[in-house]
Amino acid sequence: MSDTMIEVKNLHKSFGKLEVLKGIDQTIEKGEKLVIIGPSGSGKSTFLRCLNLLEVPTEGEIFVENELITSSKANINAIRQKMGMVFQQFNLFPHLSVIDNISLAPIKIKKKTKEEAKKQALELLEKVGLVDKADSYPAQLSGGQKQRIAIARALAMEPDIMLFDEPTSALDPEMVGEVLQVMKDLANSGMTMVVVTHEMSFAREVGSRLVFMDEGVVAEEGNPQEIFQNPKNERTKTFLKRVLQQAD
Amino acid sequence: MNLGASFVHSFYINFIRDNRWLLMADGLKITLIISVFAILVGIFFGSLTTLMRRCHIKRFGIIGRIISWIIRSMGYLYVDIIRGTPMVTQLLIVYFVIFASWKVNPVLVAIFAFGFNSGAYVSEIIRGGLLSIDKGQTEAGRSLGFSSASTMLHIIIPQAVKNILPMLCNEFVVLIKETAVVGYLAIADLTRAAEFITSRTFDFAMPLITAAIIYYVIIKLLTLGITKLERYLRKADVR
Repeated sequence: MSDTMIEVKNLHKSFGKLEVLKGIDQTIEKGEKLVIIGPSGSGKSTFLRCLNLLEVPTEGEIFVENELITSSKANINAIRQKMGMVFQQFNLFPHLSVIDNISLAPIKIKKKTKEEAKKQALELLEKVGLVDKADSYPAQLSGGQKQRIAIARALAMEPDIMLFDEPTSALDPEMVGEVLQVMKDLANSGMTMVVVTHEMSFAREVGSRLVFMDEGVVAEEGNPQEIFQNPKNERTKTFLKRVLQQAD
Repeated sequence: MNLGASFVHSFYINFIRDNRWLLMADGLKITLIISVFAILVGIFFGSLTTLMRRCHIKRFGIIGRIISWIIRSMGYLYVDIIRGTPMVTQLLIVYFVIFASWKVNPVLVAIFAFGFNSGAYVSEIIRGGLLSIDKGQTEAGRSLGFSSASTMLHIIIPQAVKNILPMLCNEFVVLIKETAVVGYLAIADLTRAAEFITSRTFDFAMPLITAAIIYYVIIKLLTLGITKLERYLRKADVR
């Protein structure tokens, strides 16, 4: 129990009359790399956004490190500090330089000194290979660079869990590799990760567990290698056939 | 008399004789006092209204929601009424109806009336500026652990200011020019001073055109100042 990072019980989410999530149960262990795939509109992004309450669930319970975050008493700001999030559209702060993007939250929330936060930001930039961009502004960067900075910014809060919401979907094809490489390095460092993605090779290589979502439910889950080689669910079969064909 | 001499003569009659330029100087002072303080009052009411219109009390269940709704409606109603009625009418109502039974300095009344009026437009400008910032910015801030208020303070407002400034500048320009109607309260502002001089000298061109030029210069200086500030704030957008 102590090694469970996230536990989701009977999660439902509706937008008006549209039910996007129809009862999801998931347990994510420490160090796990959970990869979520599925057709668009299947609810995979909504599921991910429920995990840090960017979307408030209509029904169900979510525990993060054994704390019930769906309770009205939960301190959501404190919980979010433990969960870094990376967005499809990067969402860097355009009015701040790269180094200020990374050090803003540590300075304002963790009350680190400016020197400490900048030093940490430079170490993170080193990790994502962008030290030379420290004083640039987001508008001067390519998509791939922006996303690597966004990952560094999330890591600056020293989270226990990292959530990725289609991190490579808005990138030009030649930039996907550099972002995936940073994510692989992060996975190898033992970070607990939940990744919504369309990158099937990444899912196969890095994922420790694969969830296939369709129409608001988990249609199939298990070892990525096994699912890719031998999908059991009919819908998984059709989906994989379609995306893997496209890749060739 | 040639043109040059007639100009000098007119200038002498309207401004130099009997020290009439002092009337213009005092009028300018009143116009500036009303404008500057009305702008500040307007920013206060504008910000307050923006906050009121975003009010969402998350506690106290249904009562909290009803109170939030009332506060939001008050903000909306204020903007709606102010925008739907003429400034001069509002000024007269404030002076002759609301402050009728108190002996209040008309300049203070004018500052309040213009500020209260401007606040409605300022609140719309701020609201538009905040809405212009992508939702992803709020989400990025919240996902890092910022509270709703700190996200506003550190992430949304610094970006919104750049979009708000040009429109706010425009509002200040309108406000400064609108103060020319305070003559209705017998306040001796710049326009009123010019008008008074014409009634003494029977020369309309010199005092009125001079007043117009002074308004123009004030507004030009304001616009130049804000353009400079804008350029400074946009330095992050340079590619």
